[in-house]
Amino acid sequence: MWLPSYATPSERMMRILVVVFAILVMLFLIAPLFIIVPLSFSKDPFFTLPVREYSLRWYADLFGNPRWMEAMVNSGIAAVLTTIFATTLGTLAALGIARPDFPARRFVMALLISPMIVPIVIVAVGSYLFFGQFGLTNTRAGLVFAHTALATPFVVITVTATLSTYDTNLTRAANSLGASGLSAFFRVTLPNILPGVISGAIFAFATSFDEVVVALFLTAAEQRTLPVQMFSGIRDQINPTIMAAATMLLALSILLFAALTILTRKKAR
Amino acid sequence: MTASPDIERIRTFVAVRRAARPARRAAFSLALPLVAFLLIAFVAPILYLLVTAVDNPETKTVLPQTLTALESWDGASTPEEAVFAALAADLKIAQENSTAALVGKRLNYEISGMRSKVLAASRMVAGMDAGPYREAFLDQSDLWAAPETWAVIQRNGASLTPYYLLTAVDLKQSPTGGLERVQPDQAIFLTILGRTLLVAGMVTAFTLILGYPVAYVLTIAPKTIAAVMMLMVLLPLWTSLLVRTTAWVVLLQSDGVINSILMTLHLTAEKVQLIFTRVGTVTAMTHIQLPFTILPIYSVMRSIQPTQLRAARSLGAGPTSAFWRIYAPQTLPGVVAGCLMTFILSLGYYITPALVGGPQDQMVSNFISTYINRDLNWGLAAALGVVLLIVTLAIYGLFLRLVGADKIKLG
Repeated sequence: MWLPSYATPSERMMRILVVVFAILVMLFLIAPLFIIVPLSFSKDPFFTLPVREYSLRWYADLFGNPRWMEAMVNSGIAAVLTTIFATTLGTLAALGIARPDFPARRFVMALLISPMIVPIVIVAVGSYLFFGQFGLTNTRAGLVFAHTALATPFVVITVTATLSTYDTNLTRAANSLGASGLSAFFRVTLPNILPGVISGAIFAFATSFDEVVVALFLTAAEQRTLPVQMFSGIRDQINPTIMAAATMLLALSILLFAALTILTRKKAR
Repeated sequence: MTASPDIERIRTFVAVRRAARPARRAAFSLALPLVAFLLIAFVAPILYLLVTAVDNPETKTVLPQTLTALESWDGASTPEEAVFAALAADLKIAQENSTAALVGKRLNYEISGMRSKVLAASRMVAGMDAGPYREAFLDQSDLWAAPETWAVIQRNGASLTPYYLLTAVDLKQSPTGGLERVQPDQAIFLTILGRTLLVAGMVTAFTLILGYPVAYVLTIAPKTIAAVMMLMVLLPLWTSLLVRTTAWVVLLQSDGVINSILMTLHLTAEKVQLIFTRVGTVTAMTHIQLPFTILPIYSVMRSIQPTQLRAARSLGAGPTSAFWRIYAPQTLPGVVAGCLMTFILSLGYYITPALVGGPQDQMVSNFISTYINRDLNWGLAAALGVVLLIVTLAIYGLFLRLVGADKIKLG
């Protein structure tokens, strides 16, 4: 299988070993993610497999607890606002960078990507100290501000990637046919790069919704997000309600990932 | 006379640049909102952190009269009454404004025991109407007689201090102003930095060993199988880091899944301690970083022509030699990109060591958080941040040189 006809027996053996090894690594990648799902449906409050009896009690716990519900709503609001700001700013910047006359492209690109690179604790502590000067700690505005900075690199990367396959002559054609700059953008450019923009938006949403460390530093009880609630829970005493929350987050990730995969497949066609 | 061709060329160049200026400006103006936003919301907080690492306001604001009085001090003996009187005046004000603890805590970093002495002294002078103060202070503690104490107070009159940054690399200023190593029992920060680099290095090595064959199999597998495999690589990347860490907390627990499997298979008679260990931390981090290493390697491997290997073989190279001499060198750019990315990201880990690691596995990030939240020592937290940032940016610079920011792809 998958080998040229001139392969020696030892080469075939080697190939089989490599494939088996890769399968084991794949298992290592995937299995830990799904271990939490059966545990969240277990009736017992401890974490052993196989599950003896299934129940929805931890989900009832999760949805019946106002603290968890509030945390979910807070996360949702912060993520939606972050998505709107990051997508707008990131798409605009990508449009500029994709132009051939963009000055100091390498430097600007390095700056725009750096929120992905700088250790998250440095961003969190810096924001905590700096935003504190303006009363932005323990506010939703401060959290959205910091999350937007963290999310923009994803939008810049995805939109720049889409723009590299976009034919700028289309914009020129629209302009020569009398469309204004804005109208050409909304009616010609945007529909063409939409998959990239939406991918970026999905990434931005996921970045904010999953982010723990900055939220840990910048929020008080009222703005507490779902990941912060989970983190504090695990630190205290890990309980199966956290498994239910983790399973919900996993389901959301799979949903977003599926949306993205369908989107990029369409683009490839 | 006509201008020389060189000058003519320069003139043309300048004219072309000038003509292109409006276009450059238009292109940049599109990126301007994001650049400006990042400067405010991202760069400014980091710069503020850098300033916090050298900021030294306590002594200057709480003991201004003392610092003035110390200007005429000889630096070698116990100061005269005038200095003690100035200190008493400062501490009386400090006692009223409750700022004595502030300066006490700051001086305590450099002279242990100073915090309680300053607090006791400020309570003492609050009850005194007039001097002489020198005797009273000297009765209270020998620390007030030591010239070193006054040297430290004097030195901290400066609004900037190297103290936190030096501490973050296990150095301190000697009384004479030179640099020296701190006592071995206090020298913990280079160990922590070394540990952070070691863990990041181990994680990078493991992701490479595990990821390289996976990337290779991705390139040779039939299309549908490769697509399924790709989903399996990308899905963990999409899953929240906290969820993946939670999964490892559950797996590694003493009563957790891995231990119950080991016991069922009779591989161990007793429960193995996995959570709160280095093994657990590195395993979880390797799991989380694996996709970051695989993807760049895969994208380079995909572009290598399989016919090259065939050519090598037909020219007499054995399979091993063909792999190492023809295939592996060409995958190097991907290996460098993937490993540097994983190394950079591993340096900044916080959540996973905090939840899966033990006290001996805490990285620089965890100490930064502890100094902010528990010890309220912002200066030291900021200084550790500066050290971590410098190391990270140095490797990011290497990444930019060798790979380039525009090569970062998301799946």
